[in-house]
Amino acid sequence: MKHIIYLSILLAVFALAPYKVAAQCKQFAKNTCKVGLAPYQHDGNYHAAILLEGEEAELYKTFYSNTDYRIGVCGANNLGNIEFILVDGTGKVLYNNKLHSYDWKWDFRLDASQQLKIVIKIPVSGNQPENPMEGCVAIMFGFKDK
Amino acid sequence: MNIKLLTSKRTLLILLAFMGLVYAGCSSDKSKSSESKVSDDLITGMDKELADKISTAKKIFYSLPSPLETAILIKNAGATYDADLLNPVANTSKYNTNLEMALNLGIFSTNLSYASLFEQTQATLDYINAAKKMADGLSILDAIDEPTIKRLEENINNKDIIVDIISETLLNSNSFLEDRGLQATAAVILVGGWVEGLHIATSLVPANADIKTDKLVERIIDQKMTLDIVMSLLEDNADDIDVQAVMKDVQELKSIYDKIKITHSEIEAVEDPNTNITVLKSESSVKITPEIFKELSLKVKEIRTRYIS
Repeated sequence: MKHIIYLSILLAVFALAPYKVAAQCKQFAKNTCKVGLAPYQHDGNYHAAILLEGEEAELYKTFYSNTDYRIGVCGANNLGNIEFILVDGTGKVLYNNKLHSYDWKWDFRLDASQQLKIVIKIPVSGNQPENPMEGCVAIMFGFKDK
Repeated sequence: MNIKLLTSKRTLLILLAFMGLVYAGCSSDKSKSSESKVSDDLITGMDKELADKISTAKKIFYSLPSPLETAILIKNAGATYDADLLNPVANTSKYNTNLEMALNLGIFSTNLSYASLFEQTQATLDYINAAKKMADGLSILDAIDEPTIKRLEENINNKDIIVDIISETLLNSNSFLEDRGLQATAAVILVGGWVEGLHIATSLVPANADIKTDKLVERIIDQKMTLDIVMSLLEDNADDIDVQAVMKDVQELKSIYDKIKITHSEIEAVEDPNTNITVLKSESSVKITPEIFKELSLKVKEIRTRYIS
């Protein structure tokens, strides 16, 4: 009977482990990324995931005219410089933070509303390929209430 | 002897449990690399093409305007506050299924954001409580807890703090659902909030408005672009029965939006060195008739009436 109890505890601990990792990612997004959006107001959306080095992610969003936006792309320190690129519907690159010393945030506004794509690239560190680095990456948006 | 054996087994189990806690508490490195190793084992002997596809799979996010962003867009387009447009909080007792509660969590969140931006203190309190009831019904734990409501009450006359609290409750709710793989529920909530934004905006457009120059109409037309993202988000969760129900409504909206034509000129990025703000310069032209706008407004009204009934 005791063994069953101990085994249950053990299984519960392992079952809850992914939630703990997810909670850490949420805390990272909240404490590191969201705070850095000020004085822009965070929109309340949550886009975060654990990514491996060499991985890419994409985000699609409509940005509205005459609205001041701040995009923030934050990654765990072990992931190095994360590249993010804004691309329009024709594939034209509008911004690449690689050309701006990998600045984690970018402020912009649009004359006309557009659906844009944000491409996130996690650099490869040169570690052994069988043991890649990984960490939390969050993409957050802030805007101003006029 | 038996006692010793039992003790050693107990110790071993406690040790393993402790290791589990350490595993969970470590940086996410280990948890994912363990998963990766399992995946490698599974891939062994698998078709190489399939393995390549898996290795190049990307994480894709579809971002809809949050209830807060929707409310700010409406306000910045010159909207006024009209309490009669909102879903009465007394309706909370009517919603019992997951679909009803998810849609109305989105709807009440948009009502809450709209009321707070216009500094409607009592309505703000009423709608955060209505949203809490829906979140509790969906078992979204701690998204809107008692301390949050207390903090909101204490700062009810400080709009900036109120908006920040709303942003945080939305973040808590979204991350809770994402972390538990409940993206389908999150999608339905977002659609509820988005439809409510369309309902408020279309209702506030004056009958005699010039649809070519009216700012609210411009924002409503802009939703044609967001609609593509709504569809992608729903298609990603198309095996969920609640998503299927909502998708039918969104497709009906799409069939009307397809009649509106938007064209864009090439975008040019121009950075202002003084402010460090980049302006994405472009022009767009829209083709819409008053009949199409009326048809759209009626369809929004029909869908929204069904959602709150």
